[in-house]
Amino acid sequence: MSAIADIKSVSASDLAALRRAATGREPWRSLDELADTAEFRRFGEAEFPAIAERLPFSLDRRTLLKLMGASLSLAGLTACSEAERIVPYVRQPENIIPGKPLYYATALSSDGYGIGAVVESHEGRPTKVEGNPDHPASRGATDAIMQAAVLSLFDPERSRAPLRQGEPASYGDFLKDMAKLAGGLAASGGQGLALLIEATTSPTTKAQIGSLKQRYPKLRVFRHDPLAASANEQATAKLFGRPLTPIYHFDRADVIVSLDADFLGEGPGRLAYARDFAQRRRVRKSTDTMNRLYVVESTPTITGAAADHRRAVRPGLVEGIAAAIKAALEGGHDAASLPSLGMEYALVDDLREAGRNALVVPGAHQTPFVHAVAFAMNARLGAVGNTLDFIEPPHAMPIDGDLAALCQAITSGSVDSAIVLGSNPLYTAPSDVDVRNAFSKLKLLVHWGLYRDETAFLAQWHIPAAHELESWSDIRAYDGTASIVQPLILPLFGGKSLHQLLAALGGEFDADMQALVRPTWADMDEPAWRKALRDGVVPNSASAPVVVSIPADVGDPAPHAPVTNRLEVRFEADPWLRDGRNANSPWLQELPRPLSKLVWGNAALISPATAQRLGLENGQMANLARGGKDLDAPVWIMPGQPDDTVTLSLGFGRKIGSVAALSGGYDAFVLRTADAPWFADGLVLTARDGSARVVTTQHHQAMEGRAIVRHATLDAFRQDPHFVRDGAPPAPTESLYPDWTYDQEAWGMSIDLSACIGCVACVSACQAENNIATVGPDEAALGHEMHWLRIDRYYAGAVDDPDTFFQPVPCMHCEKAPCEAVCPVNATIHTHDGLNAQVYNRCIGTRYCSQNCPYKVRRFNFLKYQEFDKDSAGPQQAVHNPDVTVRSRGVMEKCTYCVQRVAEKRIRAQIENREIADGEVVTACQQACPTQAITFGDLNRKGSQVSREKAAPHDYALLEELNTRPRTTYLGKITNPNAGIAGKPGTETGDG
Amino acid sequence: MQIGAGMPQVFSSNANGIARFILWGLCFFAIFAAIGGTALLRSGFITGVGRPVAQAVPFSHKHHVGDIGLDCRYCHNGVETSASAGLPATEVCMTCHSQIFTNADMLAPVRASLASGRPLQWQRVNSVPDFVYFNHSIHIAKGVACETCHGDVDDMPLMQRAHSLSMEWCLGCHRDPGPNLRPPRDVFLLHWNPPQDIEQVRRSLISILDIHPETMTDCYVCHR
Repeated sequence: MSAIADIKSVSASDLAALRRAATGREPWRSLDELADTAEFRRFGEAEFPAIAERLPFSLDRRTLLKLMGASLSLAGLTACSEAERIVPYVRQPENIIPGKPLYYATALSSDGYGIGAVVESHEGRPTKVEGNPDHPASRGATDAIMQAAVLSLFDPERSRAPLRQGEPASYGDFLKDMAKLAGGLAASGGQGLALLIEATTSPTTKAQIGSLKQRYPKLRVFRHDPLAASANEQATAKLFGRPLTPIYHFDRADVIVSLDADFLGEGPGRLAYARDFAQRRRVRKSTDTMNRLYVVESTPTITGAAADHRRAVRPGLVEGIAAAIKAALEGGHDAASLPSLGMEYALVDDLREAGRNALVVPGAHQTPFVHAVAFAMNARLGAVGNTLDFIEPPHAMPIDGDLAALCQAITSGSVDSAIVLGSNPLYTAPSDVDVRNAFSKLKLLVHWGLYRDETAFLAQWHIPAAHELESWSDIRAYDGTASIVQPLILPLFGGKSLHQLLAALGGEFDADMQALVRPTWADMDEPAWRKALRDGVVPNSASAPVVVSIPADVGDPAPHAPVTNRLEVRFEADPWLRDGRNANSPWLQELPRPLSKLVWGNAALISPATAQRLGLENGQMANLARGGKDLDAPVWIMPGQPDDTVTLSLGFGRKIGSVAALSGGYDAFVLRTADAPWFADGLVLTARDGSARVVTTQHHQAMEGRAIVRHATLDAFRQDPHFVRDGAPPAPTESLYPDWTYDQEAWGMSIDLSACIGCVACVSACQAENNIATVGPDEAALGHEMHWLRIDRYYAGAVDDPDTFFQPVPCMHCEKAPCEAVCPVNATIHTHDGLNAQVYNRCIGTRYCSQNCPYKVRRFNFLKYQEFDKDSAGPQQAVHNPDVTVRSRGVMEKCTYCVQRVAEKRIRAQIENREIADGEVVTACQQACPTQAITFGDLNRKGSQVSREKAAPHDYALLEELNTRPRTTYLGKITNPNAGIAGKPGTETGDG
Repeated sequence: MQIGAGMPQVFSSNANGIARFILWGLCFFAIFAAIGGTALLRSGFITGVGRPVAQAVPFSHKHHVGDIGLDCRYCHNGVETSASAGLPATEVCMTCHSQIFTNADMLAPVRASLASGRPLQWQRVNSVPDFVYFNHSIHIAKGVACETCHGDVDDMPLMQRAHSLSMEWCLGCHRDPGPNLRPPRDVFLLHWNPPQDIEQVRRSLISILDIHPETMTDCYVCHR
């Protein structure tokens, strides 16, 4: 949060001094820490500085006694409660036993592709999304957005009724209008009608649109997907004569080169890719091997943070670098004219050695040339068919053009009625496409969506959409595997599914949601259909790889003019809000972005050197102009950002929706044009005088530079498997406190820092499981965010291109817990199985425990962050996990190791009179983790997975010199840099 | 101010006695209030023990359990598997009452519920606060009988609380579960007659059922 920019933080002129500072110490968390600004010290010195500054310390004894008297007299009132009612069913649904959740398999959409999910439902109320282990895109993992699906389901601001010209109307009226329309259309063959769809892989949608086109031969279908990138399709169409989609097999890849590809954080296969990638980075003994990852990227991503060698370059240079690597691989060419990475030859040697186990991955948003070069290199290495396969695109659907084409058709008069299905083009359109002007010429504009968004305000008809968790549908995963999407609950606000709307267009007005999907899968008999629903996947539906041959010559890169004093702009989707569709989700607004740790807003990311050149400071406003459009954005200095590149994230700056309007930030769509959707040249930046609040969770709960993240190279690990002990202060062996004995289980957790990619899915899962409140931007700026689990991000090395480390920090559940000793009311106590339990109904909020916690993992409810009175809490209370108490103001809370899950499994095991099996208790963070970096289990059980992890030579505890004896321990991070590439810091062992 | 002989006494001589009376009186009152308050909190007036609760349908456990002999699980079917024992759906009532007492006025709300699809609403009798996570199934599995907490329901024309269900009361058993255990097969019996060797049975139950009283008072057993 340092960057409340009205407190001047990092000054650009100090950067030279910062560079010197950075070389002398490691790791560091932010530029503010390096500069040791007043703002950083403010967070270091007081745990909650904002409170310390606000408290009236003139409080005299008399006032204190008065306050105590008042609180005592009020204390008695809390015991009163009203009589409750029990409301049983009229007809008990099959399989429902009140108090026992049911789990249903379905799939959630991510940019149109499916990721399998298993949703927990309490008496018909969906509360938690887990991954589906049988689904290829999930493999049991989830991401932060999937976790938030249940929150958006219960969002009270979802559209609740059809609107005609903005006035509430009935769906029946809409159908009457549609019937009239359909009558006219049948006569004219659909003349003048256009559909605007989003990217979709649904076979039912495809079939429905196909039959609509048969019915109305002149119907035109356009697609608008602001986050789609067409480069891959263009490249494969040119190479193979038809568009194909690449599928990567990271589990087989020994050497991976990413050409601006964020394959761990973006794309429909990211969870599976992360799993495969991390599987090859688990080192436990010196004979284990690792993969090696080279990343060339144009803005810092979690893939770059996971790299063994990373180079930040301007986005426009990636083409040249791809060509240079290809030239080096082919050996014969003179590559002098191409930009140099400084490591091509070592990299290429590595690739050659790996042969068919090498993999070159092009970034989805990069140019077709980069894709073609990457595929050619893979072909030359023999990797195609091994680490890389091509399949028919799962989203294939014949379309007549994009949004710009639609607007053109409207302007030329060939389209007069448009039906917008799901997207929000008025917000997400490129700035050179005047959608408002075009749409206002329409005779009829129908909008179907979850919210009454910008486009809905313009539409004659707005129809509320049914949420994914309310609809029947089907969807394909990144590899083509199909899933049936089944509803967990009837539409809460009368929403209609996409299929119902398409059916209505075709004259089928009272179609049942399920009946529209079932015929698509008519070849499945009833048992097969039920099995597909139960499993969450349609068996054997993955696309078969296509055999291709790739020409070696793919042409030359487009000439890239050398840039002097001109900036390139790089657009990226906000990792959580995407194109702004999730902007009304408080969980996602408040979830820190993996690298910048920004919450409730975005900023323009620039490199330290560029900031120095332009004289910019963190949080300072700057005007960014391109092609006649401009916007004002606060600047954020990002270590690892390429020079002369400004990264802008999409999805913020919306004014519709009360949560979205709370957040700060700018709308980057303003600068985006249709011809250059992802990066462009010629950005003009003008510094402004003012500054804006940029909220980040970066400095909170600082750990003051002790041996925190410990890391080594694979070679160093092989020489000294116990590297985590090097230079670390010895852990004391004696304690004043008596030892505990554990006759039953002794729970513990191990977190593998080599596997953690910093994707923040665990934080979101923890929030969903444990009813953790969001606090809003003002409270977050004060450091009051409530996440029980945080992911600390540390930098080491040079400011311009540092190594990045992630460290998830939940409660350590110390054996000798400092918090337990200081609680005056025994509200935090040690249990018989080693948990450090927090008893909310005992807690009186002294905050002594938080003060005494060296890990700063305790969170205090300064305000009544969530309504716990059932009558006034509104629909969003339905998302609460009924097995976890909702906390009120004045109560301390923290990670419990998901004690409700422990208790549930223990009760089940005890009823069956057996021991709890190893791996039976799974914490929420562990379950969500795509890379299985978190292991949880019983330390008393010999051979349990967690004991084996903790027996690894590089197991260490945070701040063990304090003798707290944490139960959560870490496996030091092991990287695998190429010994032939020198000059990178962090090639030796190190610790923070 | 100088204290002089001419200055009058502020308090009369019996003020001492009044002061003593007030001070002692306050002490006695405080003790009385503490004892009285403690007793009041444990009395049926506050806990609701022994006070029948009026219901929309005057369902009689005395009739259904005592006279007819229905098993608890016929209606409370989640009790062995779930945290909550569950209340019967309207349909369950109607399994019998579609055949007998079909026109009884008393059962009009039940018939109306089935016809309209609107559920019956029962007043909760046995309740614990929201931050207490009581689980029926584990108590049943470990040999804690229904009547141990719910009392002799076959003597209750209208349901009433048999015990305070206060934390003190729960802890009484969690600290020393022995006296409340019986073989799990007998937990649904009312007015159960312990066998002669019950003490020995209870001791063996503790070991057979793997009951660890030392772990049963951990806060998180009930509070999460």
